[in-house]
Formats: sequence, C-alpha cells, structure tokens
Amino acid sequence: MSINDWFKQREGRRYTVSAPGCPEGKPGDGLPDGVWRSCPQCKRTLYQGDVARCLSVCPHCGHHFELIARDRIDAIIDPESFEEIDATLTSTDPLRFSAGKPYGATLEKARETTCMTDAAITGRASIGGHPVVVGAMDFRFVGASMGSVVGERIARAFDLARDERRGVVLLVASGGARMQEGILSLMQMAKTSAAAGRLAQAGLPYVSVLVNPTYGGVTASFAVLADVIFAEPGAMVGFAGPRLVEQTIRRSLPKGFQSATSLVEHGMIDDVVPRIELHDRVATVLDYLMPDAAVRGGDL
Amino acid sequence: MARFVMEFERPLAELEDKLASLKSLDITSTPELAAELADLEREVERLRVTLYSALSPWEKVQVSRHPDRPKTDDYVAGLFDQVVELRGDRVFADDQSIFAGLATLDGRRVVVIGHNKGHSTKENVARNFGSPHPEGFRKAERAMKLAARFSLPVVTFLDTAGASPGLEDEERGQAWAIASCLETLSALPVPVVVVGIGEGGSGGALAIGFGDRLIMLENSYYSVISPEMCAIILHKDAARAPESAAALSLTADDLLRLGIADEIVPEPLGGAHREPDMVIAEVGLRVAAALDALAGEDPHALVERRYEWLRSIGVFSEAG
Repeated sequence: MSINDWFKQREGRRYTVSAPGCPEGKPGDGLPDGVWRSCPQCKRTLYQGDVARCLSVCPHCGHHFELIARDRIDAIIDPESFEEIDATLTSTDPLRFSAGKPYGATLEKARETTCMTDAAITGRASIGGHPVVVGAMDFRFVGASMGSVVGERIARAFDLARDERRGVVLLVASGGARMQEGILSLMQMAKTSAAAGRLAQAGLPYVSVLVNPTYGGVTASFAVLADVIFAEPGAMVGFAGPRLVEQTIRRSLPKGFQSATSLVEHGMIDDVVPRIELHDRVATVLDYLMPDAAVRGGDL
Repeated sequence: MARFVMEFERPLAELEDKLASLKSLDITSTPELAAELADLEREVERLRVTLYSALSPWEKVQVSRHPDRPKTDDYVAGLFDQVVELRGDRVFADDQSIFAGLATLDGRRVVVIGHNKGHSTKENVARNFGSPHPEGFRKAERAMKLAARFSLPVVTFLDTAGASPGLEDEERGQAWAIASCLETLSALPVPVVVVGIGEGGSGGALAIGFGDRLIMLENSYYSVISPEMCAIILHKDAARAPESAAALSLTADDLLRLGIADEIVPEPLGGAHREPDMVIAEVGLRVAAALDALAGEDPHALVERRYEWLRSIGVFSEAG
C-alpha cells in the first residue's frame, strides 16, 4: 500500500485542523505564504490544501512538517473537545534580561507572530472518550523554551488532572529552558517534574509525544517522565544539541543520532508514531491506563 | 608549582610577586628600602580589598571555578566521620564525577551526594571534570532512595559545569537520568540540605540541587546556562560571557533575592581557596544548623512544603 492510499483510507476520519487565527486577522498558522510548498524530504511541490488535509504530513513521503500547537492538539483529541485553561498567564521579564535583544521585545515579537501568550497551551479535552488535560508546545514561540509561564502551565496541567481525575497528554517540543528567565527557568524543571510525579502517585496516566525538536531542560524534566513516551517520525530528541555533542567528542556523529528511531533502539521511548495514528494510539493507551478503564472495559 | 592566577587578579598578582621578591632581599642595612617595602605592602593590601570586595558576576564565576577551591571530597574529609562510600549505579558503571556515601556530621547520620571535581589533571580526567554521566545521576538517585528508606537526611554539594554532553551520555539517556532524579528528589520524605560550593551548571546541578534549604557560598553560582554558552547563543561570541553572567542573575546574592537560596556563606577575601579550612568548618556549622532545624519534621509535611515551594517558583502575570 502506498502512503497515498494509506492516507486515502483514512480520509473518512474527521480531523479538525484549522488555524486558530488571530483576533487581528494576522496569519496564525505560521505556514509560508502561498498555496504551494515544497517538501524538504522528497523535494516535491505540494498543494498546501493536500498537506493540511494530511495533518501537515507530506502525502508522498510521509515527512512531518512542523505544526502549530493548536493544530497539534486538534489532531490528537476527540473533535471539538478542547477547552483552554490558564490562557491569561503572561511572562513579565522578571530579570529585566538585557544581554542581546531585550527579552521584552523578544516576547512581544513572538506574541505577534504566533498569537499565543507563551510557548505552551493547555486545556481540558477528551481522547477516545477519556477525560484528559492536553498540552502542546509551539517552537515558533522563542524556540518553545520553558520559562515561568510554560512551567506554570505544565505544572497546573498535572495538578488539574489530579484534581479532576484526568489523564495528561503532552505534545512536547522545545529548545530547552528559557535562558532569559535565568534560574527561574531552571527551577521550572524541578517544578514540572514534581508535578508529574504527583500525578503518577495519584495513579493517573501521563503520555508524552515528543515532536521535532525536543532538547535541553525540557527533555531532562517532564517530557520523559511519562508512563508511555511516543515520538513523531523525524523528531530529534536529546539533552545536549548535536553540535555541542560533536564538539565534545571531536568526531562526526553516527547517522540517525538522536533521531526518534534511534531512541526506540536505545530503549528510551516506546515507539515512533505517525501523526495520523496518534489519536488512536494514545486513546488505546488510555483505555488500558485510565483508572475507570475497568468499568468501561466493554469498550476495549 | 606556580599558583593559578585568575584573569582579573593579574594586576594584583604582579604586585604581590614584586613584593615577595623584595621581601626575599636582605634589607636590614637599607632603612629607606624598608620604608618603600612597607608602602608597597599597604598598596597591595589596598588593591586586594578593592579588587575582591566588589567582584562582578563574571569574576565570581571565575572564582567558583578556581582549581584550588575546596571540592566535595574536601568537605567530606573535613566534616564527616565514619564515611561509607556508595559506588556504582547497579546498571552500568561507577561514575566518579558524583560522590555518594553514608556519613556522620558531628553525630548526625546522613547521606552525602555531591559533584566531585578533581584536584589534579589525573583526578579530573577520572572524574570527567565533575560533569556527570547518566550513571552518575543514577548513582545519586540510588543514594536518595536509600536515604528515604532508612530515614536519613540528605546533604548535597553542588559543583559542576553541567551534565556531560557526550555521545554515549546521550545514548544512555542523560535527559532520562536527570529527570528521574528531579522527580525522586521532589518527593523525598527526608530533609534535603543543598550546599552550592562552586559551579551550579544547569540541569546537571539541579538533579541534586534543590530541597528544603539551599546554602550558597558567596562566590558560587547557579545558572540555567553557562555564561559562555549564553554569549554564544546571543552573540556567537564566548568572549561576551561577562555580559551574559550579569544578565543571567546567577550569583548567590541574586538567588537569595529571587527566593531560591536561603543563606550565603561569606568567603575570605579572594575566595574560599585562600582559607579552605575556615570555609569548610563554617559550611559544617551551617549544614548542622539546617539539619537540626529540619529534624523531627513530619515527612509528609516536609514533602508537602517542598512541593508548595517548588510550585511557587516563577514570575508571571495573570489577568483576571
């Protein structure tokens, strides 16, 4: 079966994939202008409409394009089940970080181009009928780095899930901890890990999906503390970035280093899951792990 | 062996050398030279005070990295009795960049965990310059869990430039090892006293770097990223690290102001390496006091309070 047929077969499924749009009418999808785009992997020219219908996956070679956070959420949840929480949290430049470009200006620009308040959005949703708190990170917002707001949203997501007996599903991308908030960003690693640990103690499941790229302090905290970890095809995941590793070992890196496939081989994640299968795969995991699953056993 | 001179203290070092060579001369027969010598001595002293009493963040980072600065094993040897070292992660190897052990501080039985830089090149190579591999963090976590099972308080010493960024470190799950430490430490049902003795580099420091009390030496630092790496990211130029060091709010004073550190241990003029025994003894008193203050606390309440504290970290606004 060609990948094209495979997508066609699933065409009957209903996915809600729409850019959230900006109140001011600015483009919210972060995609290049124009209706044609080229696939960086197979080099074919693609009609943006086809790409969007396939959850921004190349219908020819399966290359996974970057997706904005809101679309990532829509692609994994039950249709129209998302209700955003903590939307009004905003960064305040607590250190008045002045080296390089002022942090305030960086934030301002990121807000303008993404129409988001920070690099993560979170909310209540359902997946396969299971109540969850879902979250997604957006690389366009200061490299999806984790500062106070991202840390707080993630920690609150875990806390809310514990209060309301929900599972947690996070779509993680990140360049790491946000250096413009200094030690406060570093401590978000401890804060989010503590919150993830509490969810685990409460007997509730947490599934993370690592997308391209996931690095640094985010990988080394809540991202990998999940009960089940998936990654999207082509995702690069690690602690230190490949260039730093290369400089450290003073030789070139093996092929596939830090790729999703190699993470499976090294036993670090459970599977590489194409975007189009994520909803079903995560729903099945929740069927097994949600505390009420026994009651709903007939549905399995 | 020639002493190690930090860049910013070079002018002082030159004067000190001149003074030393003058002192070695026989000046009993030349009183005018003796007067000159006394002048020079005063000048050196004046310069020493002005130079060291107002160190910039970048200068403090350099002091924190001074090769003669007391290391974790100096604190262990100087403060603890009956030490039983715990070695190995029971999975892959014994990473000597992390020290772990059972130890007694003036009658208080604890588990000690610390990043362990070396004193010599040979030691540093064996200890990977204090940058832990995943197995180092797994050893640390093993020691934490042991402490929890036997209700022993944990004392940690921070002194790392960061977790090791090698190929094998990545393949063996550096991020996984650190994250697991964070989760375990956050819920450890025993008192955790953390002492920043030198470098507090990023996630590799944090993995054993938070708890119920954070004591920082005056010239230690704790940062999300090294000033050099920050400068490379911002300006593609590591030479602009001094600017980054100032911007990152990484000094002990900054951490105290931000509510992350609880207390600062003053260092002798010039840094802890000038009077190591004095500094080590003072750290011992502070750690003992912190342990005593936390002793007898209900484990559940301790963990709850630690969680509330962690949850409170972060600055943001929330519109109604």
